[in-house]
Amino acid sequence: MALVTRGFTGRRRSGPPGRLPPGQHDVGRDFPVLTAGPVPHTKLDRWDFRVDGHVDEVRGWNWREFQALPHEQITVDIHCVTSWSKFDTHWTGVRVDRLLEHVQTAAEYLVAFSDGGYTTNLPLADVLDGKAWIVDGYDGRPLLAEHGGPARLLVPHLYFWKSAKWVRGLTLTLADQPGFWEKFGYHEYGDPWKEQRYAGD
Amino acid sequence: MTAALDGNALAGPLAELFAIDLATAMLTCAHCGGSGPLAAHPLYPTGPAMVLRCRDCAEVVLRYANDAGGIRLDMSGTRLLTVTQRAR
Amino acid sequence: MEGTAVRGRLTWQVATVVAATWETPQTKRIRFALPDWPGHSAGQHVDVRLTAEDGYTAQRSYSIASPPEVPEVELVVERLADGEVSPFLTGELRADDLIELRGPIGGWFVWPEHTDAPVQLIAGGSGVVPFLAMLAHQRLTAASTPVRLLYSVRSDTEIIGRPELAPRPDLDVTYTFTRAAPDGWTGPTGRIGEALLAAHAVPVAHRPHVLVCGPTAFVEAVSRGLLDLGHDPARIKTERYGGMGETP
Repeated sequence: MALVTRGFTGRRRSGPPGRLPPGQHDVGRDFPVLTAGPVPHTKLDRWDFRVDGHVDEVRGWNWREFQALPHEQITVDIHCVTSWSKFDTHWTGVRVDRLLEHVQTAAEYLVAFSDGGYTTNLPLADVLDGKAWIVDGYDGRPLLAEHGGPARLLVPHLYFWKSAKWVRGLTLTLADQPGFWEKFGYHEYGDPWKEQRYAGD
Repeated sequence: MTAALDGNALAGPLAELFAIDLATAMLTCAHCGGSGPLAAHPLYPTGPAMVLRCRDCAEVVLRYANDAGGIRLDMSGTRLLTVTQRAR
Repeated sequence: MEGTAVRGRLTWQVATVVAATWETPQTKRIRFALPDWPGHSAGQHVDVRLTAEDGYTAQRSYSIASPPEVPEVELVVERLADGEVSPFLTGELRADDLIELRGPIGGWFVWPEHTDAPVQLIAGGSGVVPFLAMLAHQRLTAASTPVRLLYSVRSDTEIIGRPELAPRPDLDVTYTFTRAAPDGWTGPTGRIGEALLAAHAVPVAHRPHVLVCGPTAFVEAVSRGLLDLGHDPARIKTERYGGMGETP
């Protein structure tokens, strides 16, 4: 049992009522940068986005084609498994529905993959029906590399490690295949409201 | 905050599990075969776990966490751990 | 060859604050009494853990400023305005407080014992702290190892470790001021790069052990300069500050 340090409270805030999942705190205006490796800097003329795996046909968009897809404004709360939450974050991006709309598949899961080797797994249903986006803008500006630019996945209803930075594509799979953090004991689904941080939670 | 620290900062956390100081231990990367002292590897300490990478190929050699999910150590990226000096 | 001594796992110890005094306007020197301190090597660090009433904890690493030869352990902590731990340690903590501490840690970034080669220490800002332990150790053991310190600091008022760095015959300290040099200063100014290293560090031909400590960007710039000058990468050891949610 740890000794309580006299006078230490930490810098935690509770945030707007009803919007803070259990075990989280409001990070306020900060936007912490958590990295598991060097920040990739992929040139836009080398960038593409793929949908592959268990699909009738592999699909791909280069940066110009991706930019031509309809973008929308998104305002959501985000929740990091390391216990910070950030409210009313503003993003710009393309609904994942748009990228999957003509895909024929029996897959029920997907693995998002990124520059630098990062992966994370999700049920297919969790990126459909307007629940997930590929975002390339934050707060009205192009998404910074440290926050996952040129483009990252945004799945705000799950812990933020599911919102893969530097995302380059989705591999559709029949079975759930654990990604980078899921293989390290983090929860395969990661619902912040059920506090699904670790495998078995 | 986005930059790496040195693996030296991982020596304290690893002492939760190991009875010897691993700062000077040599790690051989399972991906490229490169090796070096744990303390001299780039360490990414801010994520959900501490991630130690290879100096040569930048692949993950070791991950460590101690939190409500338990003490977890992934050394699938380390082919060999060698303690070469008298550890304290 | 000596075998490996198993020391038993490191555990958290309760340290008592003996004194906490301002070292510079931004840093505090904190002295701890530790009943079960096993002794340390100059250059090692400790982890400090703070726990709130509700069980929330925050943990940070700090280099030890005091040499192995003195019984109490000193840390010098720089206050980082947006930090969580350093404002507490520099603002709230006072004598007789109890705090959890784990160490000593890390047998890598330490004073090179039993070497004939000269030692070059290169510090940026509060990165000088482990070198204070090394220089006090060198003085107390009357080690014959030639040592030089190159210390990059913003201004005269931010110099950490004046007692340890006071002039003596066996110590060669060069300051470079990156923001404001004192009146009448004729020494180097500006950041440490290849030119400053060539002029003020132990030459490559003397095959020095080089230890570099400071913020990440500082350590990377100095390392590049050292390699460009032809220093042996195997003789360069680095310790970067930052991360863990706090940047110096």
